[in-house]
Amino acid sequence: MNQAIAFYVLSAFILGFAVLVVSTRNTVHAVLYLVLNFLAVAALYVLLTAQFLAVIQVLVYAGGIVVLYLFVVMLVNLKRPPEDHSAPQRHSWIGFGLSGLVLLELAVIIGYGSIAPPGPANAQNTDLAMYNVEKIGMLLYTDYLIPFEVASMLLLVAMVGAIILAKREL
Amino acid sequence: MIDTYLIPLLKILFVLNATLVGVTYMVLLERKVIAWVQVRLGPMRVGPYGVLQPIADAVKLILKEDITPTRADKWVFTAAPIIVMVPALITFAVIPFGPVVNLFGRQVPLYITDVNVGLLYIVSVASIGVYGIILGGWASNSKFPLLASLRASAQLISYEVAVTMTLVSMIMTAGTLSMVKIVESQYNAHLWFIFVQPVAFVLFFIGGLAETNRAPFDMAEAEQELTGGFHTEYSGMRFALFFLAEYANMIVVSSVATTLFLGGWLRPFPNIAALSFLGIIPSWMWFLLKTFVFLYIFLWVRATLPRYRYDQLMRLGWKVLIPVAIANVVVTGIVMVLF
Repeated sequence: MNQAIAFYVLSAFILGFAVLVVSTRNTVHAVLYLVLNFLAVAALYVLLTAQFLAVIQVLVYAGGIVVLYLFVVMLVNLKRPPEDHSAPQRHSWIGFGLSGLVLLELAVIIGYGSIAPPGPANAQNTDLAMYNVEKIGMLLYTDYLIPFEVASMLLLVAMVGAIILAKREL
Repeated sequence: MIDTYLIPLLKILFVLNATLVGVTYMVLLERKVIAWVQVRLGPMRVGPYGVLQPIADAVKLILKEDITPTRADKWVFTAAPIIVMVPALITFAVIPFGPVVNLFGRQVPLYITDVNVGLLYIVSVASIGVYGIILGGWASNSKFPLLASLRASAQLISYEVAVTMTLVSMIMTAGTLSMVKIVESQYNAHLWFIFVQPVAFVLFFIGGLAETNRAPFDMAEAEQELTGGFHTEYSGMRFALFFLAEYANMIVVSSVATTLFLGGWLRPFPNIAALSFLGIIPSWMWFLLKTFVFLYIFLWVRATLPRYRYDQLMRLGWKVLIPVAIANVVVTGIVMVLF
């Protein structure tokens, strides 16, 4: 019961902050709402006894990536209005298409989740809370080794790309 | 009921108040220590040897006029000091001051909580504190604070990488992320981890100086260049929050260093029976003593070393500390596999 209340309150916060991120006019405020959003998501992870994920969410997203967002927003002059795009109509169609794709993906995930048998419930929760880090470590280096390595390669490629963009005459 | 709500609440109250009192007296201690280093007396007027000076300072700061610059972003300007102060205080939730002790016939652990991701929790909460500095400088709508906050945040982000890499090698040595278990594993290893990981200790200490914006890395408030740094436009209690947060962060870094490297609440050489007479000093006292040594070194360094130039600071962070920290992780891994 308490968990359900906490879940719905947190979800309301997450959605509210998400709406504020896209609706507020001031870009720095938008970034701050994004931080609050991430913190609420971290609280949701704690509710699911995934403390490791929660801490990593705060460390990497709220504390790392959004700081860089803030740098960019503060250093780029946003006082002037955005330039007129050549074809706003076309852009909005791309936007609609992408949102449709995301919605489809969500629908598939939810549909699959309702068909698939429910995972082992609260019986393992205390175990999960005690050995959170160990379990994630085991999973990452056994069952999910290839996705893990691919993700790290992707990050490496992004880093090399950023350096090449920043230093053209290296 | 008593065990789940009352005792933790009392512990939180006690730790918060003790921290705040400790922070105000750190300010006095700093002024005294620097005065002694410079062959002065320091504050002497308020109370005997100036011991009531922090109270006088607090009253003065509360009574001062609270000014918000006209073109400042009011909400962010107000929130920034709070964002700096809160992470510094909530870090104390996972710091173990002592083992489980018998208090008035009840088993009470001398820490607020022990989570299995304690060390990561500290790192992630500390990373939130950067926002206060960036936003304080930005919301002031004034050029020196903005420059100072950009400098400070660049510095904090770079040194955070080095410190986190250092912590990785510590985690490998201890085999756990829980602060309490880290101390216990030092007991089981018969050795404080400073002797196992001396390189990590030096790196952590340098990184800690940089992360708390202390001399010789106090670029954020280089008075000669930036007229006081990111809190130039702040006055009264809001300035006091920034100021106190810096000292609270010093206490955090000192107590984390004590827990990781100096065996937390353990007495020196915890397994040698010949030294068991040291046990008459209670465990929390050992913790406080070791933390105090660290705090004293912080002040000592400030009184001794000149400030780094900004480019030297960044070079030290990226070209020395981070490679050494990564090498330390690799060497630790190799040693652990071989032995």
